[in-house]
Amino acid sequence: MEAHAHTHAAPTELSPATWRDPKRYAWLLGLIVPLLPFIAWGLVELTGLGIFWFYGPFLVFVIFPLLDALVGVDAANPPDSIIKWLEQDRYYRWCTYVFIPVQYAGLVLACWLWADGGLSTIDSIGLALTMGMVSGIAINTAHELGHKRADLEKWLSKVALAQSGYGHFFIEHNRGHHVRVATPEDPASARLGESFWAFLPRTVSGSLTSAWGLERARLERMGRSAWSIHNDILQAWAMTVVLFGVLAIVFGPVVLPYLVLQAVLGFCLLEVVNYLEHYGLMRQRREDGRYERCRAEHSWNSNNVASNVLLYHLQRHSDHHANPTRRYQALRHVDEAPQLPTGYAGMILLAWFPPVGRRVMDHRLVDHYEGDLGRANIQPRARRKVLARYGATSS
Amino acid sequence: MSAWHCPSCGYVYDEAAGRAREGFPPGTPWSEVPDEWHCPDCGVRDKVDFEPGTGGER
Repeated sequence: MEAHAHTHAAPTELSPATWRDPKRYAWLLGLIVPLLPFIAWGLVELTGLGIFWFYGPFLVFVIFPLLDALVGVDAANPPDSIIKWLEQDRYYRWCTYVFIPVQYAGLVLACWLWADGGLSTIDSIGLALTMGMVSGIAINTAHELGHKRADLEKWLSKVALAQSGYGHFFIEHNRGHHVRVATPEDPASARLGESFWAFLPRTVSGSLTSAWGLERARLERMGRSAWSIHNDILQAWAMTVVLFGVLAIVFGPVVLPYLVLQAVLGFCLLEVVNYLEHYGLMRQRREDGRYERCRAEHSWNSNNVASNVLLYHLQRHSDHHANPTRRYQALRHVDEAPQLPTGYAGMILLAWFPPVGRRVMDHRLVDHYEGDLGRANIQPRARRKVLARYGATSS
Repeated sequence: MSAWHCPSCGYVYDEAAGRAREGFPPGTPWSEVPDEWHCPDCGVRDKVDFEPGTGGER
């Protein structure tokens, strides 16, 4: 699944004479997410029912798993000759840029509602949960933008991360996770036998220390201290401090606990998605001691249309790891990639209940490794038990 | 001065230009770039995977 086709291709025809992108306008549906506080507010006003402040988690964890089941999958790929044209079509990047002003308009609305909207504490918590969904999925938008070469997109990525306070993500993800993916050294690659609840503290603390180490090393090469204004992590966190500070001054300190709650929920939503993406998969060591290159078989994929539209094709994860700078609209389904039984939205629910999640996933890993789990990325504590149960021909 | 490129994403390290953001000022020879350095654009390939030249038409 090496994507060298574009390396030596003749100058590509830049007109899709016969091909139309069936998802072209569907990407606008991604804006449902930053519109969530507006939708929730509208539904509460319309019905008088405070329960609709919880509309965000309801959409993500109830409606989208159902939509994935109903709408089904789509493994269609754009033709190779179209990929270059598809990537340079600016319409697609505007779909992601527009997310950000809507996201922050929604955050201001939420703060106004928390401060002056007459909400009960339960209603306010519901709205914070809804804002947590926005925060978490904004990390996905930041992810799409943070992989791009243009400075504008890298900056927009930092801005999108400010709401969740997870500004170190775009350092750790691009320079740490992509380098060490599907190895025991990667804090963001989950291990077979590791529950989401064990993975969560490991990935949150591991990603933080790894990001700091990467940024310190870069600054040391430049002859600077890690504690400088050139530190990208400190810059990104400063955005969050200024953002929350300004909101607290304008709307009052009453908004602060809700801002913190939605930020924590946001990065937990990101981390549960991280948990799904590489569960148990491992790159083997080569004879020279280096890990083999990341290949299609090292990421879990899903072609469920509903979740894919919501997440800018994040679930076509193998192609993303092979070609991290490739734009979302051009990401391809890969036959060799292991497939999840449903979209991320539904898989998240399974991940919350480890016995259920492992029942669904572990036998898929056994099949993937053709019965030889010695090649899987296993939680060290669980290794003996897992191998005794499923067997291994290598250790 | 010569150039090296990432065989995965096509990023080019040009010795004359260096990559100041990464701590390699203009004129930093490829030999002074540490082996554990990864492609700054894609993170998929390491320095030792880089190939000489700019990678042609890109």
